[in-house]
Amino acid sequence: MRIALFATCIVDAMYPEVAQATVSILRRLGHEVIFPEGQSCCGQMHINSGKFAQAEPVIANHVRAFTSTEWDVAVAPSASCVASLGHQQPMVAARMGNDALASAAAEVAGRTYELTQFLTDVQGVTDAAADLGSYFPHRVTYHPSCHGMRLLRLGDRQSSLVRSVEDIDFVELPLADSCCGFGGTFSVKNPEVSSAMLADKVRTIQATEADVCTGGDASCLLHIGGGMSRFDRTGHFDGAPDVTTVHVKETSPTDERGHSTETLTTVVGADDDDHLTAGRRGTSPAEPSRTQSGFRVGQAAVHLARILASTKEDPLRAPSEGAEVSGGSLR
Amino acid sequence: MTFLGMPLLPSKRRSDLPGGQGNIIEAGTFPEVSHEHLSNQQLRNNIGHATSTIRSKRADVVSELDDWEALRDAGETTKNEVMENLPEYLAQFEEAFTAAGGIIHWARDADEANAIVTELVEDNAPVLETGRREVIKVKSMATQEIGLNEHLEAEGIDAFETDLAELIVQLGEDKPSHILVPAIHRNRDEIREIFMDKMPDAGELTNEPAVLAEAARRHLRHKFLTTKVAISGANFGIAETGTLGVVESEGNGRMCLTLPETLITVMGIEKLLPRFADLEVFLQLLPRSSTGERMNPYTSFWTGKSEGDGPQNVHLVLLDNGRTRALADEHGRTALNCIRCSACMNVCPVYERTGGHAYGSTYPGPIGAILSPLLTGVEEQGNGSLPYASSLCGACYDVCPVKINIPEILVHLRGEDVKANHSPVSSQLDTALTGASWMMGDGKRMAAAEKGLPLAHKVTGGEQINALPGIAGAWTSSRDIPALPEKSFRQLWAEEDADDRDEEGQR
Repeated sequence: MRIALFATCIVDAMYPEVAQATVSILRRLGHEVIFPEGQSCCGQMHINSGKFAQAEPVIANHVRAFTSTEWDVAVAPSASCVASLGHQQPMVAARMGNDALASAAAEVAGRTYELTQFLTDVQGVTDAAADLGSYFPHRVTYHPSCHGMRLLRLGDRQSSLVRSVEDIDFVELPLADSCCGFGGTFSVKNPEVSSAMLADKVRTIQATEADVCTGGDASCLLHIGGGMSRFDRTGHFDGAPDVTTVHVKETSPTDERGHSTETLTTVVGADDDDHLTAGRRGTSPAEPSRTQSGFRVGQAAVHLARILASTKEDPLRAPSEGAEVSGGSLR
Repeated sequence: MTFLGMPLLPSKRRSDLPGGQGNIIEAGTFPEVSHEHLSNQQLRNNIGHATSTIRSKRADVVSELDDWEALRDAGETTKNEVMENLPEYLAQFEEAFTAAGGIIHWARDADEANAIVTELVEDNAPVLETGRREVIKVKSMATQEIGLNEHLEAEGIDAFETDLAELIVQLGEDKPSHILVPAIHRNRDEIREIFMDKMPDAGELTNEPAVLAEAARRHLRHKFLTTKVAISGANFGIAETGTLGVVESEGNGRMCLTLPETLITVMGIEKLLPRFADLEVFLQLLPRSSTGERMNPYTSFWTGKSEGDGPQNVHLVLLDNGRTRALADEHGRTALNCIRCSACMNVCPVYERTGGHAYGSTYPGPIGAILSPLLTGVEEQGNGSLPYASSLCGACYDVCPVKINIPEILVHLRGEDVKANHSPVSSQLDTALTGASWMMGDGKRMAAAEKGLPLAHKVTGGEQINALPGIAGAWTSSRDIPALPEKSFRQLWAEEDADDRDEEGQR
């Protein structure tokens, strides 16, 4: 197939390695990858800020870029941006009275897939180790992005692929379906609420003792990584209230009646995260703690495209192997 | 016929329609108002614990039903049918209710509703030795919305809340923070203190729920038996039969609905269902979404008056208070489909951190963030800031029993706020977004901007960014930023392309 890569603005400008990993995966499956040059952004930042008039030229640019060349499908390493193409672009164009743009946007959106959607639904890839040669022998936890879960309905497509990577030590993230608090401009319009949500997300990630937290949206991972880095450096979030409540509810598989039971509720303050012991069940034994003065060091966020692209021949290095971590993101 | 019975929709502009008043207005902006609540550890502990408990109860009872999604579809369809034909259904309801011996009053806004209720109470409740009148109340959102208790108090009428949680709020001289569990922000130690303080006859109390409930029961029973007038809200009004319904857990509502001589109900005009048979759907949707129960303990229906049984003087105040305005908004009107179950606030990550008081309205959480500005217009004080009080995570939409697409309406109302309240440069963020629109409106301009990356990388020393000035400082208040890459993907791709061409040229 001739595949058009929609890099998304944040990956293009901040995480070029994620786009490179996506290209690598698609080529491994024998596809030709093209990069429509005029592309910039899906327009979600403007739409979700209520700036429909300012979003219109951004939508028009996307449609122009992706209709000026021939391709079979487009693929993007982002659930949120792909969801915006289908759920928002036609709606906003129509609201601006631009019906031609609305239908053109819907046509482009209809052939655009989130990476794991494409791998699973179009390519039938279910075993990343066998089909892609994916190899990443490290402890990994996974945050499903809200728009992947609730707009694209990705279900377990992302987590299944990550689990199928050779030698991966996958550990469930407690309260995984809670929003990380990014929400685009929400993070700067309501920074305190956003930070409170982020603090809880970072704590649950720390509790998994994973080397990296992965996910399918670079924007959420930028936010989560930024929080992990801040917490690692300073032990607190300056902009967040100094109180963090984490309620952990786990489903007990041994409950005879098949009902979920509340097995653990942990309430922690900013200075006593030693008490947080959630998320350890059903995983391999914890490695020796690499905790310094109460804070886990060396955790990083990394997009799942890079884990899927990692092979034995050309492995992605983990923070514990001396990989560069910048602002909480694995470089 | 009434002024509300007239079809208003296409002929009038929304801004010409009167906005609602009362307890549906955020005084400051959401970030300002939520600030103090965020740092209240007790509040966040109480709410976090309570919402996570209700959340899992709901998930359990919903997963029992194979046809839950079909029920949601049916609920949505029925409420859409009501909104599309509201004038006709209101007229039908009025006719049936009146034929059954009830008396209907129409209230354009909170002031009118309060005045009508006050007059009815003055006509039917005796002046006591204290020189004041008394009424008992069933938990009701509509009367909270119009600030009825405060209005009555000023008019010499004491209104006694009989719902346990509302009683806690009232005795604590507090405001409800949740529509179903108004005292969700209180724990039992705090409730014990309020009772000890405000119920002189209660004696020594422990913080056991059973002990506290018994104290409230003794406090209330005398009122049920002696008070002449009760005031209620209603969960449903059935257009076909003129029937009103209240669902509750404690039975105190039923005491109020059956014991006094006069019953005054205040109901929003959007609460109608076309047919009695529609309750089959809604009495499955509501309790499971609301308390996480298969069926609530007490469900009471009344149709006008019944000779020799229950109140013989039955009134209904039908309240608009901005609902016609909300109905006129074609992109927001499904918010009126809300059946006040509170499932959205129980799953909301924002509500969980800020609590209900941060929304400044009787209606907090995700539904409040759309309903309050729809009722008043986004121009009203801080209500234009409410639609931004969401990360658009979508959890609310997934649990809504009538499938209100709350995230989509939030985005729509942000657009309304921008139109009404922003200039292109009214904030640093607005200015940045205006610049981004220009840049991202053309891939060439974006590519040109990215050519600055090598320089920016150098200037920042290839280091991560831990602090930024201005609006960007809101980001770096709690988050670091990775070092800028030396080149964008676009540049790397172009270089790779050039290399490929060179190789081909050499061959």
